[in-house]
Amino acid sequence: MGKRSKVIEKDEVVVRFSGDSGDGMQLTGTLFSYTSAIFGNDISTFPDYPSEIRAPQGTIGGVSGFQVHFGHSEVYTPGDYADVLVAMNPAALKANAKWMKPGGTIIIDSDSFDEKNLRKAGYKTNDPITEDKLGDFNIIKAPITTMTKESLKDMGLDNKSILRSKNMFALGLVYWLFNRPLEHTKEYIRKKFKKKPVVVEANIKVLEAGYNYGSIIQAVTPSYQISPADIEKGYYRNINGNTAVAWGFLAAAEKSDLPLFLGSYPITPATEIMQELSARRDLGVKVFQAEDEIAGITSAIGASFAGNLAVTTTSGPGLALKGEAIGLAVIAELPLVVVDVQRGGPSTGLPTKTEQSDLMQALYGRNGESPAVVMAASTPTNCFDYAFYAAKIAVEHMTPVILLTDGFLGNGTQPWKIPDLSDFPKINVPVVDENMREEWKPYIRDPEKLSRYWAYPGMKGFAHRIGGLEKDYITGAVSHDPINHQRMVDVRQAKVDKVVDYIPELEIIGEEDADLLIIGWGGTFGHLYTAYEELTNEGHKVALAHFNYIQPLPKNTSDILSKFDKKVVCELNMGQFANYLRMNFEGITLKQYNKVQGLPFTVKELKEHFIKLLEE
Amino acid sequence: MSGVCNLKFTEFKSDQEVRWCPGCGDHAILNSVQKAMSELHYCKDDVAIISGIGCSSRFPYYMDTYGFHTLHGRGAAIASGVKIANPDLHVWEITGDGDALAIGGNHFIHLIRRNIDINVILFNNKIYGLTKGQYSPTSNRGFVSKTSPYGTIESPFRPGELCIGARGQFFARTVDKELKLSIEVFKEAAKHKGTSIVEVLQNCVIYNDKIHAEITDKQYKDDRTITLRHGEPMIFGKERNKGLILDGLELKVVTIGEDGITEDDILVHDAKCEDITLHLKLADMEYPKYPVALGVIRDVEASVYDECMEKQIKEVSEKSPIKSFKDLLYSGDVWEVK
Repeated sequence: MGKRSKVIEKDEVVVRFSGDSGDGMQLTGTLFSYTSAIFGNDISTFPDYPSEIRAPQGTIGGVSGFQVHFGHSEVYTPGDYADVLVAMNPAALKANAKWMKPGGTIIIDSDSFDEKNLRKAGYKTNDPITEDKLGDFNIIKAPITTMTKESLKDMGLDNKSILRSKNMFALGLVYWLFNRPLEHTKEYIRKKFKKKPVVVEANIKVLEAGYNYGSIIQAVTPSYQISPADIEKGYYRNINGNTAVAWGFLAAAEKSDLPLFLGSYPITPATEIMQELSARRDLGVKVFQAEDEIAGITSAIGASFAGNLAVTTTSGPGLALKGEAIGLAVIAELPLVVVDVQRGGPSTGLPTKTEQSDLMQALYGRNGESPAVVMAASTPTNCFDYAFYAAKIAVEHMTPVILLTDGFLGNGTQPWKIPDLSDFPKINVPVVDENMREEWKPYIRDPEKLSRYWAYPGMKGFAHRIGGLEKDYITGAVSHDPINHQRMVDVRQAKVDKVVDYIPELEIIGEEDADLLIIGWGGTFGHLYTAYEELTNEGHKVALAHFNYIQPLPKNTSDILSKFDKKVVCELNMGQFANYLRMNFEGITLKQYNKVQGLPFTVKELKEHFIKLLEE
Repeated sequence: MSGVCNLKFTEFKSDQEVRWCPGCGDHAILNSVQKAMSELHYCKDDVAIISGIGCSSRFPYYMDTYGFHTLHGRGAAIASGVKIANPDLHVWEITGDGDALAIGGNHFIHLIRRNIDINVILFNNKIYGLTKGQYSPTSNRGFVSKTSPYGTIESPFRPGELCIGARGQFFARTVDKELKLSIEVFKEAAKHKGTSIVEVLQNCVIYNDKIHAEITDKQYKDDRTITLRHGEPMIFGKERNKGLILDGLELKVVTIGEDGITEDDILVHDAKCEDITLHLKLADMEYPKYPVALGVIRDVEASVYDECMEKQIKEVSEKSPIKSFKDLLYSGDVWEVK
């Protein structure tokens, strides 16, 4: 390795890869993340891509980005602003320049900065650096296209195939910048294209060419040094929230000894959960790709009636379509998990962007008094845990559970310490037993949990009928009796309320005498926690209460909230959780910080807002 | 595995009082299903009856089997989930013309396309009964009802045509009050592997009385319907002297003994023929041009979804290196932090 001219030592760095949506930026970012994770850095990633598969080339609308944040201590977010930006064309520069940290490094493919592309990206002049006032950045103008062509000129490849490996040049260059080994990426290329040796050779050649280009230009370019993080010993893998959800259900199937059934319909950004489970025929998972969202959930309800661990997955518009069927699961008192990977709404809204605006829909988006358990995961990796516990609660309490994640969690990745399943509790299935046969009626209840018992077709002597019509509290027969209806409505609510005895209490992060309590729920944890941590390090007295259980709320919620005078609820909607808390705790005073831009919070904006509140 | 029982048909009756209107065709269909299940030697605990919403969909409450009265139109999707989750069950779906062909039309065609082993009994009374008399997707063009006081301006679905168009492999038709034929047809539907659609011409005594009378009444029935049986000639009529022949691409009603027609000229019913052409023509026959076809019109073997699912799980799990969840956790890119 050649001598490096200038080495910048940093605790953490954010790199953003961006290009046309066909430029392979998602793969480039993913490969870089893996290498960094294996090197021993803690990482957090976030892809940001348009909803069009191939939006018009060269336009801002077609820019696809992938951001990686890695450091030598723990990182909780993909980072607000980037230290290093790779811009494969002018549109990528235009779209991302405003998300750069001052003085950062920008790598551009100078070949693509021609007049045509500059105009497409909306630049008025032929000098985007001056036009966007980027003079203070380290600009590496690398002729990526030319160099890629040059390194592959003897391989007899067609132009299209050559251009397709441009991203490997950029990746090689970034590896040089961070002094990272190429071996892992080479291994990946060899595996992925094992049937196409020419493609393997081409990609590796270009990757190395990119790295070597770094060595050549080192005299004028700084490189970065980030030491490995101090991470708990064990085996690790990278996982995103969607895969973690899918795997959480596999764990729940094993711990309950129930067959797993998923009825679902493809919808962004939730589809990946379904794809992941579809591949798991080897573990006996039955995935039914339904004709629509309604058939997705109703087939799952059918499977639940037949004694399977039943799940359906969706995003906002799909949850709207499933509302009627969730009501059926509520009245039939069948276990069911509904996963909503939230995205920007209303209507089709922003399919590939993140938001937390389905909370009220999850809580109340049904006809009648229709209580269901509502939970939310808060990091990509704990999507595994919350999917597991959603299934546990659904089965043990015979109720539908709605698990909220979001596009940010679903697509974001983190290194995940592979869990030992023996650390997870057994799921006790409340199935009828032989001794109950004489006395049994479909709505006889467990005295503690108030849940009914599960008897499914095929079990001898338990033939019974259930359905969407109100049933008699005792006999389980159809009943239109007014007093009975009140009693059944009450007991269905009481059953969901009882879940509170089986969930953990809310923990406060920070001191109880803090001047400001930050309140959040779900996927904003990483940003809120980082803001809390940085403010604390800067000497401010703040605390954080982050919710994963929403209906019911943890038992000590009221106690905790009453300890703090100044409270701010932060969420990516117009104040749905804040209003839910106000509804539950009369007279509570809450401030709000809301954002509905299809984007996560930035730590910067949160800190600025909190400091303002502290000064008030 | 599902068991073999010798139960009397009365043992399939639940303790619930049957609440359909006196004279409703549903009573007869309930009896026919119970008798068919008894003759099929079903055990009660292996039976799951799934219904949607509508008069007919109260059916599960009257059967002493497992039953689930679900959502309007969604019976087919829920039944699909039940059957895929446990293929050993006998899964029957009870539905009506509004439930299956209007609000549940999408689930209906996709159930048929997938060919999941479910027996669908479609009660067709050409009216919305439970909401008190609005036209349905099978009401004839021009039909006057509370929501079509000047007559409908839309064409009806023909359930058989829709079923075959959705790649249905079993379609049969019967009449509510023809118990013997219904039992025979239900048993054939049960024996067929894959989705079986049985359309029952059912009378709604309150809101659409005698809607099928011009073909099902005793005095007309023999001349205005034809009961098809696999391998038998397509002969009908009080005198058993009428038959069907192919005239070019058209079916034609002929009289044996007239114009030199003999019994040998009459078409012989082949319910097992894969080609849908003739089945479609038979299913579409309408009075007065033709007799209405009853019995099993189409009964063709094809791949069955729930069986394929089990088979694929078995094959994939045998081949896959991932034998447990733990194997999956440690598969792919895993690294150790020491």
